[in-house]
Amino acid sequence: MLPLGFLAVFFAWPVLAIVGRGFADGGVAEALGESGTWRLAGFTIAQAAASTVVAVLAGMPVAFLLARVRLPGTALVRTLVLVPFVLPTVVVGLAFRALLPDGGVVSIVLANAFFNVAVVARTVGGLWAHLDRRLEDSARSLGASRWLAFRSTTLPALAPAVTAAAAVVFLFCATSFGVVLMLGGARYRTLETEIYLRTVQYLDLPGAAALSLVQLAAVVAALAVGAVARRRREGATRLRAAVETARRPERGEWWVVGVALAVLALLLVPIVGLLLRSVSTGSGFSLAGYRALTGRGEDDVLAVSGWESALNSLRTATDATVLAMLVGVLAAVVLVALRRTPGRLARGMGEVMDAALMLPLGVSAVTVGFGYLITLNLLPGDLRTSPLLVPFAQALVIIPLIVRMVLPVLRSVDERQRQAAATLGAGRLRVWREIDLPLTARSLVAAAGFGYVVALGEFGATSFLARPDAPTLPVTIAALIGRPGELNNQMAYAACALLMLVTVLVVTVIDRLRSGQSSVGEF
Amino acid sequence: MTRRARTVAALCLAGALSAGCTLAGGGGQQEQGPVTVTLATHDSWNAPQEVLTEFEQRSGIRIKILKEGDAGELTNKLVLAKDDPIADVAYGVDSTFASRALAAGVFEPYTSPEADRGPQRYAIDRQHRLSAVDVGDVCVNIDRQWFAERDLPEPETYADLADPEYRGLLVVQNPATSSPGLAFLLGTIARYGEEGWQDYWSRLRDNGVLTVSGWEEAYTQEFSGSSGEGPRPIVVSYASSPANEIGEDGRPRTKALLETCYRQVEYAGVLAGGDQVDSAGKVVDFLLSQEFQATVAEHMYVYPAREGVPLPAGWAEAAPLPEDPASLPSERVEAEREHWVEQWRALLNQ
Repeated sequence: MLPLGFLAVFFAWPVLAIVGRGFADGGVAEALGESGTWRLAGFTIAQAAASTVVAVLAGMPVAFLLARVRLPGTALVRTLVLVPFVLPTVVVGLAFRALLPDGGVVSIVLANAFFNVAVVARTVGGLWAHLDRRLEDSARSLGASRWLAFRSTTLPALAPAVTAAAAVVFLFCATSFGVVLMLGGARYRTLETEIYLRTVQYLDLPGAAALSLVQLAAVVAALAVGAVARRRREGATRLRAAVETARRPERGEWWVVGVALAVLALLLVPIVGLLLRSVSTGSGFSLAGYRALTGRGEDDVLAVSGWESALNSLRTATDATVLAMLVGVLAAVVLVALRRTPGRLARGMGEVMDAALMLPLGVSAVTVGFGYLITLNLLPGDLRTSPLLVPFAQALVIIPLIVRMVLPVLRSVDERQRQAAATLGAGRLRVWREIDLPLTARSLVAAAGFGYVVALGEFGATSFLARPDAPTLPVTIAALIGRPGELNNQMAYAACALLMLVTVLVVTVIDRLRSGQSSVGEF
Repeated sequence: MTRRARTVAALCLAGALSAGCTLAGGGGQQEQGPVTVTLATHDSWNAPQEVLTEFEQRSGIRIKILKEGDAGELTNKLVLAKDDPIADVAYGVDSTFASRALAAGVFEPYTSPEADRGPQRYAIDRQHRLSAVDVGDVCVNIDRQWFAERDLPEPETYADLADPEYRGLLVVQNPATSSPGLAFLLGTIARYGEEGWQDYWSRLRDNGVLTVSGWEEAYTQEFSGSSGEGPRPIVVSYASSPANEIGEDGRPRTKALLETCYRQVEYAGVLAGGDQVDSAGKVVDFLLSQEFQATVAEHMYVYPAREGVPLPAGWAEAAPLPEDPASLPSERVEAEREHWVEQWRALLNQ
């Protein structure tokens, strides 16, 4: 009940209220009928599909590298590949504009893919590392070429993970906002950017409501694809420990390793660009930007120093993670229970709840934020202007990811062990403490860590809700970049470097915890 | 063994991070003594803490700041929440959006005793629901050195920007997503009128104007006169921007073209439906006071609305206030804005 209650109060109610307001004002049907609406939907889907294809193509070799190759440095690759995922879109947008000045659609697709290679690499790599190698080997010994063996044995086994990752990436790309706004210029628009314009600039709530409905339909379709893929994946394969499956690459495999390294090099180009920018001034190299992090920028642009906003980031991300873990893990427990309950109704309820938990990823942050304005004043304490809203909004974003990571692990806990414990007289809580918790502790920590990283980098919802005296690092970066003055810009890039450093540290800790773990998460 | 050690280390780190947890304590400190007045404003709000503290000590009113996006987003939020306002005072609704807020009845009448020191020049509303706090002009800026090095005369007017001599040199912002971009579009409409502006923009398009989505890309990435050292020497920015581009010789590297300016006035007002109307009025008085007005130039890059407030050193030369900027009536902007922006989009996308 708690997870659904949280989602109902902080997601469904505000969204329905603001969309309902659009309906009350009239004109939603006309907006839906406009050809422009469907052109927007078409472009949104096309760019998201193209970005997903690029992310999958680029992510697969990296997944292979992470899963099957035993070479020095792969642990570092695992960590680095997540860095793009947390960078603020303003900064990545500027980096891509610098790299591809006339990029248009190409730069939108590449930038979206840049953010999401990690999702593919880590999701697919996670399963791949545990796939039994012997099947492929026996196909080889029967005379199949390396490619044929891959296509006929490995690829089908990986397919569910690939589709599930693709669905998540599609969802992220279809709703990506900053990238399209910055790189699309005046020319390219998506449902998400148009919802923003109609709401924030024109206060055209009927128009925004119509577009939100179209977007919601597209998102539900993507979720359905993802759900089908997940169902096929369950129990389909026998898994092995990762240590048994990684080895030094052989002949042809070096090519794949080469491609993976090329992808990594491409991912590093914007990152290195940012680092260089953080130390270069009009007159040579300087660490002034880093030194300035102790202050509030030129002319005191910021309300607090760079370091303080880094601390704020750590704090809000902690709050968001605690909240999201509470809600997400409880939701996952309920989902597993529903799955184990016999009967169609329970199963159906599980499916619906599973999909509902993913919806926050597919609804515009503007819609949620503006919904808060007309709903949360009805709660005691008027939360509309509370600093607590930032962790709440971040939690909304990471709950779906946490559910996706925790669910498969909870499901894999052997029911017989729990039954045995119960037979020996253990109560429900005792069973949970003695059986479930030890078996799943690592994945819980990993999910918390991953959620933490996403919360650190979250910008969309945060920028709508952050209070000026408590900005997070991404909000500070955006504020610094929006002001003239060389030092402010340099400080913004230095703050980016700081954000990357924190991310790398957190991810390193997670991966340490996860190594040697035999269950498969989805990220 | 090592694995256990790692786990312990990680848990310690997690514990250290969560020690900063504010889930319980994040609800704000208990305020004692002074009355707290909430001020909703835009993202560019910036004021020195000393001045705010001094006001608090003098008046017993503590100001709590809420930043609610840019001028448009702020206005829309105030309109949406007008039945139960999120704040007591709002500052930052500008001349582009003022009529939307006034039509929705967001503000209530309040005449500040400070208003006759200049702000009334910009009065927009007979009932005095809004008081002008500052003025900012959006003007085309140029990189002087770029023109000097090429022996090309500096452009001065809108017409010059469409001259083939200045082909491919101008970068502007999308008026749909950027407030200086919108102000520049409104400036061209004020200059060329309903009949002529589309023709002017077709000429700009044919002359290779570059459109980007926001001020950041235009100014820090495309413009040659700023830290990014981009390729284009002409950019849409603010009349005050050159004050931030003072070279080592103490002279500004850039210049605002004073014949291409569009004026935006930012207003403050007491929100209707609040329960601290008296204190809210005192906060408006404070925003119009000499002490606060003296800070706006340096901290928000705008000019004070009050007369006789000294500007920071260098502004007289680098960033003089344009004498005769264009502007359009707020009601007309409100009525036509979306239409104009759509026409502009159609023109630029062809």
